[in-house]
Amino acid sequence: MATIENAEFLEKFAELFDETDPETISLETEFKKIEEWSSLIALSLIAMADEQYGVRLTGDEIRSATSIQSLKDIIESKIS
Amino acid sequence: MAYLQIQHVSLKGISAAVPKTRESNWEYPYLPKEAAEAFINTTGVEYRRIAPRELCTSDLCVTAAEELISKLSWARETIDVVIFVTQTPDYLLPITSAIIQDRLKLSKECLAIDIPLGCSGFVYGMSVICSLLQTGHLKRGLLLVGDTLSKSISHLDKSCHPLFGDAGAVAAFEYAADAAPMNFHLGSDGSGYKAIIIPDGGSRSPVVSESLVMEEITDGISRNRCQLVLDGMDVFSFGISQAPKTVNALLQHFSIDINTIDYFVFHQANLKMNKMIAKKLKLPENKVPYSLKDYGNTSSATIPLTILDQLKEQKDKVTNWLFCGFGVGLSWGSVVLSTDSLVTTDIIEL
Repeated sequence: MATIENAEFLEKFAELFDETDPETISLETEFKKIEEWSSLIALSLIAMADEQYGVRLTGDEIRSATSIQSLKDIIESKIS
Repeated sequence: MAYLQIQHVSLKGISAAVPKTRESNWEYPYLPKEAAEAFINTTGVEYRRIAPRELCTSDLCVTAAEELISKLSWARETIDVVIFVTQTPDYLLPITSAIIQDRLKLSKECLAIDIPLGCSGFVYGMSVICSLLQTGHLKRGLLLVGDTLSKSISHLDKSCHPLFGDAGAVAAFEYAADAAPMNFHLGSDGSGYKAIIIPDGGSRSPVVSESLVMEEITDGISRNRCQLVLDGMDVFSFGISQAPKTVNALLQHFSIDINTIDYFVFHQANLKMNKMIAKKLKLPENKVPYSLKDYGNTSSATIPLTILDQLKEQKDKVTNWLFCGFGVGLSWGSVVLSTDSLVTTDIIEL
């Protein structure tokens, strides 16, 4: 299974947000609890997974993920 | 492999009609100003046309068709086929295209069919009507497309209501021995059928009294089971991956040089999705028009509506087009075609 560098993934994830301080985001962060999180940022996340990793994330996968780590695990498991 | 080459058929003209009533997403009460701004920036949709209760998709399409038939100076008895692509027919049965045959006073020798597709419907409808016309036995055909989805969307659903607008359009096709070929690629993936669905009302899940009970799905999304459900994340994911794939597959299969295409007219899903598709295909921005700002996502009408809204000046020129539709089904299709002196009308308000 492919692995993604933690720091790289966190950086890409933090770039989805405009107002959230990247320093406050870690792999343990429950991303849906970030104040700025919205259904529109979810679309940016899907775009990021597609552009950076060639992975097609589904709505169910995003709904089932809690921490950023769990999201990273899902993306890694789908890298072909 | 659903590749298709159609010979001897040309697209002669297009027209469209929209309801007069215009809604602004700045004034949608369930999106506070900041959320409205974020929504508009992401989707590109600021205004939408909304049909009053008594105005059906067929009314918009028939009006557009009347205008186009007159502008083309077509005798009605020369029209041999009428196809209506819609998810909002007049009745569950009979088919609306038969009623349209009568309303347009077309010949009773006219072949009429409905195709219940949405976002991919214009390209799919083209593939059917052009297949019927290419033998030369049938000479002329009208492809009517569109939806009044506002009637099937909960006003309390902020994920759907501000995205969709109502519109009807028509495209006229004719057998022409010297026409340049049209090349299609079409596909389907029913595993994603739940991504855009009206759950109740068909025979799988008939309407029962609970179907009409409003349910709060999440904050800002309440709807009943006879109203449209859109899984925005699944549709976005599908669109950014499948639309570039079908375009690339089409160009590759028929050895078409992407630089020979003058305009790439995509189904208008949402701006973020469409921009990403254009970026993945490395398309120059001036070749990719958008009509989302004033009309939103108008289902199968988006492609002709975008041409009329943004590219009307093409009518006197030879133009090479690529059309691409993708969405509900899931279903997708793309086509490359050429037009010469395309007849167009203004967008009619009803």
